[in-house]
Amino acid sequence: MTALVTGAAGFLHRFEGLQQRLPGARLPFVQALREQAAEAFRRQGFPTRRIEAWKYTDLRPVAEAGFDEALTAMDDSPALPPAHGAARAVFVDGRFRADLSMLDGLSYGAESLAAALERQEGRLGALARPVEQPMAALNTMLFEDGLVVTVPAGVAGGVLDLVSLGTASERPEAFHPRHLIRLEAGASLTIIETATGPAEARYLHNPVYEIEVAFGAVLTHARLQQEGARAFQLSTAYARVEKGGTYDNFTLNAGGRLVRNEIHTVLAGPAATCHMNGAQLLRDGQHADTTTFLDHAAPDCASRQTYKTVLSGRSRGVFQGKIHVHQVAQRTDGYQMNQALLLSPEAEIDSKPQLEIYADDVKCSHGATVGAIDAEQLFYLRARGIPEARARAMLVEAFLREAIEGVQDEAAREALDAAVTGWWDRQGEAA
Amino acid sequence: MLKIEGLTAEVEGKQILKGIDLEVPAGEIHAIMGPNGSGKSTLSYVLSGREGYEITGGSVTFNGIDLLAMEPEERAAAGLFLAFQYPVELPGVGNALFLRTALNAVRKARGEPELDAMQFLKVARDRLKALHISEDMLKRGVNVGFSGGEKKRNEVLQMALLSPKLAILDETDSGLDIDALKIVADGVNALRAPGFSSLVITHYQRLLDYIVPDKVHVLMNGRIVQTGGPELAKQLEESGYASVQAAA
Repeated sequence: MTALVTGAAGFLHRFEGLQQRLPGARLPFVQALREQAAEAFRRQGFPTRRIEAWKYTDLRPVAEAGFDEALTAMDDSPALPPAHGAARAVFVDGRFRADLSMLDGLSYGAESLAAALERQEGRLGALARPVEQPMAALNTMLFEDGLVVTVPAGVAGGVLDLVSLGTASERPEAFHPRHLIRLEAGASLTIIETATGPAEARYLHNPVYEIEVAFGAVLTHARLQQEGARAFQLSTAYARVEKGGTYDNFTLNAGGRLVRNEIHTVLAGPAATCHMNGAQLLRDGQHADTTTFLDHAAPDCASRQTYKTVLSGRSRGVFQGKIHVHQVAQRTDGYQMNQALLLSPEAEIDSKPQLEIYADDVKCSHGATVGAIDAEQLFYLRARGIPEARARAMLVEAFLREAIEGVQDEAAREALDAAVTGWWDRQGEAA
Repeated sequence: MLKIEGLTAEVEGKQILKGIDLEVPAGEIHAIMGPNGSGKSTLSYVLSGREGYEITGGSVTFNGIDLLAMEPEERAAAGLFLAFQYPVELPGVGNALFLRTALNAVRKARGEPELDAMQFLKVARDRLKALHISEDMLKRGVNVGFSGGEKKRNEVLQMALLSPKLAILDETDSGLDIDALKIVADGVNALRAPGFSSLVITHYQRLLDYIVPDKVHVLMNGRIVQTGGPELAKQLEESGYASVQAAA
């Protein structure tokens, strides 16, 4: 407990010291949000495993690390991951870098939150719940920047790359970007997000997303989490989908030492659709947690969740998925599947699906499987001349493919495919 | 081509093969017939290198090389092909990718250049046409949702692509209608050449009407108890295995 208090206290201390220098220091609505969040974080500290939602993920390594605020020199020009579209927003240590970004001439708005903060009253904090989620409280308390995206009604925005780079420094750094994404009626956008950093860098990337998908709009949100091997990423996304809208999230957890992907989606209007798919590819020493909360709060909505975890070495994966079908949400069509492939006897997966159904006309199914590579399948491939390592790779890729094929947008699907293939190629004989 | 001497093998501590002696010269097709439980499938798995079989004695050489010391993929690269009795389903693995990966792995091991997707497609289409198999088979997951006959056709297609020196057909005829049986037989017959041998393992004589063997061996209780020409298969069909047992 002492360590946790110390970790939380470090952040609170920093907030007190920085309060007057953080963006929005003179904006009362921002100050109010930060104060409220600080109060919540002061009360709760880092979540402990005694909290049900954090039962399988121990944040002590984060709490004990002792982070500084990021001090990135502005003249750094880091290598950028491959682009998937023409538009690109780049953040280095959580700060927007106009010089590395390409946001001119877009058919929609995309800008730095720090620059646009005074126009975000009523939008900033509309969905995030810092009182309930301590990591969102920490983000609200200390965010410095983020991306504000607004796609006007009827506009097809194409592909936007959102890049986060962590950098190496003497002391671990923490950054807490806040991204606000809004699609107005009938709009569409594909965000392909890549978060990465050097292998030796110790940093905490703690992003919060507030996502609004209006009537008939379609947002594809592909997240490629490829943080450095010593980094932490704890992300919290809040999405609200209105009538006939679609939110298609895919999170690939492939990097980082301790990682959590927490998503809260509310299907708020009739016939809204949500896909929350993902894959976790874990090597020795990694811990990755995907925790989803899905509210079916309107009738005739459909949700699809397929999460696949591949674990090698002494790694640990977590999946928790809660579906809450409200009484009004008649004719809900929900599906949740969580599957793990253990490549090592020392790997561990914890899986906790949870259904709470208050409507009576509902189709909801969920399932979980844990297994190893099938010996018959492996022999079949080898008997055809395929070397064992390649045969294993083919079976792992096949295991993951079902989740990736759930992504409707082609650009996002291809980016994910490439990331998965690249991950395996780097494994070599590790499995 | 294939020389088996005094081969004994166990599965989970139980002796199944009790001293097999068998030689298949290059260019010949041999049939192994025998009742259920005689060790037919064990022999095919031991030859192809499946795990779970303990070789307790004897030797197997393939063109002079110690076959039992090789990994399954090395045996395939050396020219051994096992047509499975129960072809395995591989959900999420496309048949075209599977076939190309297998073909290129074998080509690479043999020092031949690998084929790109277009080159492969051309080769695969030729083979499909020759075997009267629909091209749709390339687009599906490996054996996923295939009927019994389709799975066996897919085995024959793999065999045709990999052009093995020795094909072992492990009860490939089980559960096949006459049309599918002919496709399997045509696939083997098309490969007949001075450098190609086949070991056709079967319970019934039916398949041997279409693949006429040079020799027929009767396997019972882990041993070859009788060897003869194609007429032996017919004789077994008429009088059953009991008569062989009595004679042995």
